[in-house]
Formats: sequence, C-alpha cells, structure tokens
Amino acid sequence: MSDLQLRMLQAVEANNGKIENSDAVFQDIESQILQAALNSLVAKSMITFSIIEKESWKLTSEGEEVVSEGSHEFRLLAEVTKHLEGLDISKVSKVLGPAGKLGQGKAFKNGWIKKDGDVLLSNVTDLPEDSAAGLLKSIKENGILDDKKELADLKKRKLKGVEFALTIVQVETDITSDMLANGKWKTATFKPYNFNSEGVAPHSGALHPLNKVREEFRQILLSMGFTEMPSNQYVETGFWNFDTLYLPQQHPARDLQDTFYLKDTLTSKKPEDETYWNNIKKVHQEGAFGSIGYRYPWKEDESLRMVLRTHTTVISAAMLHQLAKDPKPARLFSIDRVFRYEAVDATHLAEFHHVEGVLADYNLTLGDLITFMKSFYGKMGVKNLAFKPTYNQYTEPSLEIYSWHEGLGRLLEIGNSGMFRPEMLESMGLPKDLRVLGWGFSLERPTMIKYGCNNIRELLGHRVTLDFIETNPAARLEVD
Amino acid sequence: MPTISVDKLDLFELLGKQYAPQDFEDLCFEFGIELDDDTTEEAAATGARAELKIEIPANRYDMLCIEGIAQALNEFLGNSPNPDFKLVPAEAEFTLTVDESTAAVRPYAAGAILRNITFTQRSYESFIALQDKLHVNLCRNRTLVAMGTHDLDKLVGPITYEALAPTDFKFVPLNQSKEMTGEQLMAFYEKDKNLGKYLHIIRDAPVYPVMLDANRQVASMPPIINSDLSKITLDTRNVFIDITATDKTKAEVVVNTLVAMFSRYCDEPFTVEPVRVISAHNGESRVTPNIAPRTMSAEVSYINSCLGLELSAEEICQLLVKMALKAVPSPTDANLINVSIPCTRPDILHQCDIMEDAAIAYGYANMTASKTPSSSLVAAPLPINKVSDILRIASAQSGYAEVMPLTLCSHDENFAHLRQVDDNTKAVKLANPKSIEYQVVRTTLLPGLLKTVKENRKHSLPIKVFESGDIVLKDDSLERGAFNQRQWCAMYVGKTSGFEYVQGLLGKVMQAIKAPWIAQPETGAVRGYWIEQDDNKTFFEGRGAKVMFRAKEGAKAVKIGEIGVLHPEVLQNFDIPYAASVVEINAKVFL
Repeated sequence: MSDLQLRMLQAVEANNGKIENSDAVFQDIESQILQAALNSLVAKSMITFSIIEKESWKLTSEGEEVVSEGSHEFRLLAEVTKHLEGLDISKVSKVLGPAGKLGQGKAFKNGWIKKDGDVLLSNVTDLPEDSAAGLLKSIKENGILDDKKELADLKKRKLKGVEFALTIVQVETDITSDMLANGKWKTATFKPYNFNSEGVAPHSGALHPLNKVREEFRQILLSMGFTEMPSNQYVETGFWNFDTLYLPQQHPARDLQDTFYLKDTLTSKKPEDETYWNNIKKVHQEGAFGSIGYRYPWKEDESLRMVLRTHTTVISAAMLHQLAKDPKPARLFSIDRVFRYEAVDATHLAEFHHVEGVLADYNLTLGDLITFMKSFYGKMGVKNLAFKPTYNQYTEPSLEIYSWHEGLGRLLEIGNSGMFRPEMLESMGLPKDLRVLGWGFSLERPTMIKYGCNNIRELLGHRVTLDFIETNPAARLEVD
Repeated sequence: MPTISVDKLDLFELLGKQYAPQDFEDLCFEFGIELDDDTTEEAAATGARAELKIEIPANRYDMLCIEGIAQALNEFLGNSPNPDFKLVPAEAEFTLTVDESTAAVRPYAAGAILRNITFTQRSYESFIALQDKLHVNLCRNRTLVAMGTHDLDKLVGPITYEALAPTDFKFVPLNQSKEMTGEQLMAFYEKDKNLGKYLHIIRDAPVYPVMLDANRQVASMPPIINSDLSKITLDTRNVFIDITATDKTKAEVVVNTLVAMFSRYCDEPFTVEPVRVISAHNGESRVTPNIAPRTMSAEVSYINSCLGLELSAEEICQLLVKMALKAVPSPTDANLINVSIPCTRPDILHQCDIMEDAAIAYGYANMTASKTPSSSLVAAPLPINKVSDILRIASAQSGYAEVMPLTLCSHDENFAHLRQVDDNTKAVKLANPKSIEYQVVRTTLLPGLLKTVKENRKHSLPIKVFESGDIVLKDDSLERGAFNQRQWCAMYVGKTSGFEYVQGLLGKVMQAIKAPWIAQPETGAVRGYWIEQDDNKTFFEGRGAKVMFRAKEGAKAVKIGEIGVLHPEVLQNFDIPYAASVVEINAKVFL
C-alpha cells in the first residue's frame, strides 16, 4: 500500500468514515493521482466513492497576458492615444504584433477608435474600462464565469495560429528512418524544437564523491612516483599503532576516550623481528640511538593490546620496517580509513580517511620537505603555502602546512608534516643518514571545503543522500 | 594540545611591547604556538580584563602558564636569556621521609620549597591554574603524578609520606570545616564534579597515601585533596610543594616546572630551597628539585644536513639561545656543540630536538629550497585497489550508485538483523564501543547498504546501490589477530525483488574481470563463475544461491559469495518497505 493510500484511509478514519470533498482534504495531490489511489482502494473493497463533477476554466497563456497587460483592443487604444496625430494603420501590427488586428476589430466595435484615411484616431476622451481583461481576471480567480455567453465569446477570441492556411498540413515531430528511406524528409514540415530544455536524463550509475576526490589524490601521488601501500589492515597492536611511532604508553592518545580497543577474545603476537621489539622497548624505557628515552617502565601487555588503527602512519611504520631490510630511497602513500573514539558531530565521525605519504632518501633536508609540499599542493592549484612549527609525537621537526583561503579570508591548515624521529627509524634498523619525511591530512576536510559541505555525515556514512552522489560533478582539484 | 588563557595586558607588559593583533599572531606562527582567541571585544563590553587564548604544543609543560609563555617568547625575541636557577641553601636542610608503606599504592615522592614568595591576585591564580593544567596533561588526571602546595608556616617539618588505612587518619579537607577520615572523604567527594573523577585512583587500595608533618597533622591525601590547615592564601610567604607519583620521571618534570615558573616571585628571584627525600627502601633517596641543567652534545654536520644549511658552530649556538638552550662549540671536537638544557626543557630527548629548535630560531620561512635531486622512482598502485576499481567502474556503468557507509556497525545489524547467528569466529568486537552504532567491525557489506537504502527510501524506485570496501575477519594465527578482506556488494531495491537484475549485474562485473558464466559447471574446467542454490537465512527461502568461481583452467572452484532475494524479515529489520535482491562477493580472489 502506498503512503498516499494509507494517508487516505487515515483521513477517512479521522473524519468519522466520510470525506465530503477529497480535493479539499488532499489539496497537495493532483486529482488524477488521487483518483488512481481511490480506484486502487475500491479494488480492495476498502472504501467507496462518488465523483463530483465540476466545471473549471483555466486561462491560456494569451489569456494570462490579457490579465496582466490588458486586452488587445485596450492596448491598441492606449497606443493610439499616445499619438496625437493618430497611429498609421500600417504600424498597428508592428507595434502590437499579431494581436493588433484582433484588437483593431474589437476597438472599432466598442466605438473606442475611428479611422481618418490611413490613420487611427481615439474616439474617447478618457480611457474606458477594460471589460475583457476584467472578465478574464474573474475567470482566473473563480475558475468560472456566470455569464455563459461572455464565456463563449472569450473562448472564441483565441488568436489564429501563426501557421494559418486553408489546408491542414501534417507537422512532423521527428525525423525517422522511414522518412530517410522514402525521401519524405525533403517535403515534410517539422515542428520546431524547443531548445530551451534539458533533454531526457540518461539511466546512469555514479561513483561516490569522496572516492572521486580520493582518485584525484591517488593519481597525483602515482604521477609523483609514490607507490600505494597495502593499507588494508584495520586491526593493529598497540606495538605497531603507538610504540613503533614513539608514542609513550601513558600518552593520552592511547586512552579509552581516544582509541577503540578490541575485546580480548583476540590474541595478538609479538612481531617476528625480535630485535625490533627489544629496540622499541629500550628506546622507550632507557633511551637508545642517541636519545635519553621517555624513562618509564614499558609494558609488553600494553604493547600487545589490540586496537582499531587510529592513523595510517601505522602502515607507513610497517613499510619502513620492511625497507630497513634493504635500505634505499622510497616514496609510499596510502588513502584509507582510520578510527577514533570521537563524539560524532558535524566535523567528526568515529571513522574517516587519512591521506598520507612518506618519502625516504639519504640526507633529506627540511628544505626538501618544504619544496616537496609546495610541488604536491601546487598540483592541485594550492599555492602560497606557509609552514608553522608544531609538535607531533613521531616527527621532529614538525611542520603544519597552511594556505591562504580567499573565501574565508584567513590561513587554513591543510596538512601536517615532518621528519620522522631517529628513535623511530633507527629502532627499525634504518641507517642514520636515511631520513624519512612524512605528511598527511584527512580526505574528508578538503572534500568538504571543495563541495561546500558543512556536515561530514552528508559525505561519509549511510546518511548521505543518493541524490548528492548521483548529481555530483567530476572532481578536478587543479581547476576548482 | 592544551589551550592557556593569559591576561593580554600582562603578557604584553612582560614582552615589553603592545602588539597589534596581526603582529602577535605572526609571532605565534613563527614560534609554533597558536592564538586561538582574543577576548578584547567581549571584555570591553563586560568590563573584564582582555584574555588571549593560546594553544601550546603538548610537550612544552613550561609554557602552561603566562610566566612560561612570556619567558619563552622573550628568549625567542632576544629580549632576555633563560634564567639561571639556584638552590638556596645549596645543601638541603628540610627533609621528606618516604615510608615503605607507600610502595604499594603510590611509591614516589618529591618536594621543594619556595621561600619569601610574594603573590598577587593574578600570580596566585596562575599558580593554581598551572597545577590544574599539569594535573590534566602531563599527570594524566593525577594518575601518574599529583602535586599539593602548602603554606609551610602552618606545618611543622620534617614531613613524612606514609600510607595509612583509610580509617586510621582524619583531617579537615581544603575549604571544608568538618574533620573526616579517609573513608569518609571518599563518600563525601563521591558526587563532587571536580574531585569525584580522581577517587578511583586509590579508592580500592588497602592504604591511602598521606603527607604528615612532624606533629602528625595531615597536610594532604594525594592524589585527592590537601588539608585545610595548610591552605595557601595571597599572604602565604613560604610554600611547600609535595609531589607524589607512580612515574618518577614525570614527578621530576612536575616539581621542576612549578619551581622554575614561580621562583621568579621570591625575594631573590629564581632561587629554590631543596628538600632531602629519604627513601632508602626503594633507592630513591635524593635531593629535589634537580634544577641543574643537563648537557647534551649535538653534531654540527647533522644539524646542517637535516636543515639543508651551512651554519657554523657559533651560528647554531646563537640560534639556540633564542630557544632557551645555552650552547658552546666543543673545545675538543669541531663538529660538536655542547648544549646546556635547562630544567624547563624536558622535551629535549635527542639531538633532533636541538636541530628542530635551531630550525625554528632560523625561521621556517627562511629555509632554502631543496637542493637534493630526488631519486627517480617507479610508482605502482596497490593490486587489490586495481581489482576494486574494475568492479566499481563496471557497477557504475551498469547504473548503480556507489555508497560509502561506515565500517563499524551494531552487533544486531551485522548478525540478528540479517537472521544470522554470531558463532564468535568471525567478527572483531570493540571493548569500548562509543555507542550501539559502533560495536563490531562488519563482516559483510550488507548492513551499510541496507542502512543507506533505509535513509534513502524516499528516492525514486528502483534504488540501485553498490559498495566496494573492506570487511574484517578474525584469524588467530596472525600477529594482529585479524585481517581485512575486500568485498564487492550490490543491491537492487524496488516494487519487485529484481533478482534477475543483480544476477545480470554480477554477469557484467564478472565479464569485466574476465570470468565468463559457465552454463554447465559439472562438465569442463575453465575459468569462470556460476551460481547454485544454497541455504542462507538472510535470503528468502529457495531464493538464495552461492557464487562459485574457478580462477583458472583446471583449478578447484571456490565459493566467493552469495546472491539472493533478501528475506522479508531482513528488510523489515532495516525499515525498508520494498523488495530487494543482493549480491556480495570477495574481491580478493581476482588478484
């Protein structure tokens, strides 16, 4: 049963089993649709109904014009009055168009104008009442006119078609293959097209806007020599998600209020690389590789707790750890989901996407990082970057990346970056002079700015409307 | 990152300059702090004093008060160097004895005394506020460290730190009038908005930590509350600071930060009276605070190499002065500088931290562009993402709209609502689900698609949606206990179930991945797919099938997914008033 049918039954119920006039109750529904729904209910023997016939007149566009502009005869009289010397008959159609002739006849009949040679002169001192326009206005308002004769007269007033001829010509709407075969297209008259229309929408599917922006970033990064990391691993141990990144075990990011932990039914294991495990323990607990360390008792249990990853940097750490087996320059990126124990609001969801890259090479400098960020953001048309010192747990130096936003009239933070700490890299076994630059930002934020979207829930998750997905244009970062 | 409110006029007076808003913002930007808010306008309206709200990096505990912010900025601006802190008297006379009984509940203690201090209303408030900020941030809500400050003239030294049974001591807590035992205190503060959240730290311990003076008067019951007896006021001249902790490194940072910031208000600024801590049972006997700077060497070549600069040792030393670090070139090694790190900079762990300070002092805006030619590297997309893209594009071309629901869902949505039973072998469950919406990591893409359709049920029919995304499955043999699996799922929703449409879509997608339909699976053994009836409770009886796939000629066919007409109860569970068919397969098999 459709919503409308249900609504009808509820309305009948609410009105003690009878509705006098369905048009009055369902003003928002067209009468044909209403009748179809009624018929369907009758077919189920749920209601009965009788038809109330009502005569109702609607104005044509010409009639509407008369109501707003005045009748043809009235407009002619007004025009004639403007010319003290009288209006040349030949100019009538020029001034009033095809309506001129009709207006001329009526104006003579009403005795409003007279003719002097080829010139029309006004026959009245004051402008008379425009009765035709008045009657039409009354029809528009009431849908009916009591005087049936006047009604018939007004109905007859319709202008003759532009293509007036004494024989009827078949007007073709479209060119067909038959016409091409029999040559009829050469003689046929075609109905003019209405070009002021959108055409018929094709049946189409669509890709998600967020994935379209993701694809743009992906292509830029691939073009800059970045290989995509296997970021498809949401479950991590505290070891990989935090310890390897030199985040101490009492760090607030590891709180139950920031990170999703998993139920103990899962059993995690230490990494196969035992040296790495011991290095991490040492660099936290006592210090190593030139660092005095955080100097706290590092606990294995804490390291083995299972979490939903809070950043994709955990994947970068795993990849850099692999790189340590055969140290060499590398560029890696990932765009994937991360999870945070967040209060959901317009800008926060418990899961979102990180865009992240790492750039490893011998003796990289802070200048290299700045130059790279300028070229990366330049590829999406973002220029005039500014770099602010900041604090990140696993990078030193750390740089927040800002760009000037014209619309907002202020600097906008667009990313975070830095040089990974030696405590993190040397624990993996990477040589001291192989430096790694890292940078990242969320995929949702630039997408929200790009699409003028103020609520992240309108972009990611099940509450996103299909209309938004279906009508969303291509993502062209460098153009928009 | 913590945000600190400071008095605007006071700060500018300390900096010796009335900054225009943009100039102050620029200074913050260069130094790496952030001006969040300037209340000048609101203050003008209410007659209050204007405040600046400044965001401080999470590792700069020395900047959690106006004194520290002004000091750091003054050093950065070259207005004044980092002060020299001095212990007076040089030998500790006051003692704090730690009793072994504390080992079980809160083992570490430290102390310090600020003599002849003069508070003003605003410096007093700043002193209290700094303790609050430290308690929240570095001290992890008092679990790791707690501090108490006392009017020393109301206590009789020496002090002992003991752990007593909750009923064995009593005192009048701060700003109260009634004497209470430890046990009564716990009940009294149970509902307290500020203190209630700290009770859990010791509540269930057999003994509670207590600071006692020579007359056995209670000074505080850390980490909960001080006694009213030793309350500090604006008139207090001598302040005893007690520190108790479960983390001894952080205890030192806290006591150092407090004295470094507030010894400036002593008659002889930057002097601190040390306390001898006697803690023989755990080998923690020492004098606190230890405010002597520590030294660390840094390589000139390393700093230059990281920054892409060619600075001399002297130039680096000059830069570091702006960041509170006194450094001199090493007399024995031309490539080293010896850096003296004040007690206010415990964040410096490695020479990379010194390198960063040199960079900030030099100015990020002044850094020269890259000179290193970048290595030429050949990039590659991730194979599973390529497969996924083939399926996504084929689906969109077939008229289906891509949706991106969340990975987390409720347990019911993943099981009961799909008429499935959780056998505990598949789904990863959250220990701290934020809400019912986030209880498990999905093991099928179905819940997300069904929820998306539910939210879009006003959309014109049929609704045709798909998703290509990851599910997570448990596997105890793995280091991380679980793995992601890429799935592809499509759904047709309309007046009729439209089974043949999703069947056709599956065919289209399989064609795109070069896996043709096999009409007679029992004969032949080529690459391709077919479907065969299967019992699956998610589907309407007799209307569900499994999708079979043979990867290559002669290989064994495997089940890669399911296709079927959704059971009316499933649709009802997701409030969908239409019929629907669905297909979901594992995309990993196409790698």
